[in-house]
Amino acid sequence: MENTIVCRCSDVTLKQVRDLIAQGYVTFDEIKRITRIGMGPCQGKTCGQIVQREIAMAIGQKMSDVEFQTNRPPVVGVRLELIAKEARRNEEQR
Amino acid sequence: MKTTELLVIGGGPAGLCAALSAAESGASVTVVERNNRLGGQLIKQTHMFFGSREQYASTRGIDIAKILEAELIKYSRQIEVLTDTAVLGLYEDGVVNALYKEEDYFKIKPKAIVAATGAYEKSLAFPNNDLPGIYGAGAVQTLMNVYGVKPGNNVLMVGAGNIGLIVSYQLMQAGVRVAAILDAAPKIGGYLVHASKIARMGVPILCSHTVKEAIGKDCLEKAVICMVDERFSPIPGTEKELEVDVMCISVGLTPLCELLAMRGCEMKYVPQLSGSVPVRNERYETTIENLFVAGDASGIEEASSAMVEGRLAGLCAAAKMGYKPADFDERFKGYAAQLKALRSGPVGEHILRGIEQIVSKEDRHV
Repeated sequence: MENTIVCRCSDVTLKQVRDLIAQGYVTFDEIKRITRIGMGPCQGKTCGQIVQREIAMAIGQKMSDVEFQTNRPPVVGVRLELIAKEARRNEEQR
Repeated sequence: MKTTELLVIGGGPAGLCAALSAAESGASVTVVERNNRLGGQLIKQTHMFFGSREQYASTRGIDIAKILEAELIKYSRQIEVLTDTAVLGLYEDGVVNALYKEEDYFKIKPKAIVAATGAYEKSLAFPNNDLPGIYGAGAVQTLMNVYGVKPGNNVLMVGAGNIGLIVSYQLMQAGVRVAAILDAAPKIGGYLVHASKIARMGVPILCSHTVKEAIGKDCLEKAVICMVDERFSPIPGTEKELEVDVMCISVGLTPLCELLAMRGCEMKYVPQLSGSVPVRNERYETTIENLFVAGDASGIEEASSAMVEGRLAGLCAAAKMGYKPADFDERFKGYAAQLKALRSGPVGEHILRGIEQIVSKEDRHV
């Protein structure tokens, strides 16, 4: 379990996830805040269902009842410089 | 800010068909595609399709992409294509932001959107699953068939669904040895016609088996496999070691709808559709008005049905914006009949049980 990677963006292992669940962190968002799982380049697309299944099995719920994390923009990384450039362009147009 | 009538997110089979269908009704369309070329997964599908005559049965996926691209040229005045462009977010005020390569960040304000964002490969948790040499089966198919890169010499395929079977066959066509194909289920998930072709070539297809562990120093050297019981728990004492340098994970796809979730669409986890999908009406409109969905993003199926769903979503999105052709009802019924035909049989019934759970009959947007 120590060598089983659940989140390849932030190198979070199955052991870490199971330990946290055992400590009572039974939502994706809580586990995310502690481990950064779901916050890397893939934004939870790889780890999401694995974590949801671990939570579901541990607390005896259905997958459909385990909430996933809140999705927020941007879904891929973007340099701040480019955002500033677009903001300036919009101001000029006004 | 860039404006457009219909924004189609994703230039795969569903997105291209949505764009074509909306343009046929008279709408102006912008297609945004993350990759440098259109076609989505079709461009790596060197096998011939089953499906239906209307949806190019007996034609290779890569040729279907060419047919759709040729059709786009007919509507070149109405359809604008932005490749190398990823949509980053959908906002409450209807603004969409996008990124061209890593060079230009810009905003688009469309009147309606069809999200045809496709799917993502599921992964599997087992010890040393991060060793180089362990890939998604779709990734291997892309490497081989799009970029001409041989992934290795000895492959273990994990998953005997259609993707696992087809990619195994294509690996052998490329001169790669497939050591075995595993599936945790007691039965082969993919079409038997694919499975028997592979079995005839001497590749064992091991049902009720899973991968227990990967072994290797700097990259994959061996895989330990074992049998599982009816609850998918490993049976001790059944372990076997296989010398492989590539492992392909082919345990299914899941709908890619993070943009829809972030915009606030009501989502539902539906096992038959392989993940979390948006609730929608019969016209493919989600619970957010003017935001439509089509293809794998609304539930994992085949490219054939994704194309028909795209045609339907494009037709309905255009109609909503005032481009309602005189033969709207006929076209709608025609596409619906095609979908019904594609969804006959046990796999189709399974999909239909999933769709029942997400299609709301009540109309919130009238």
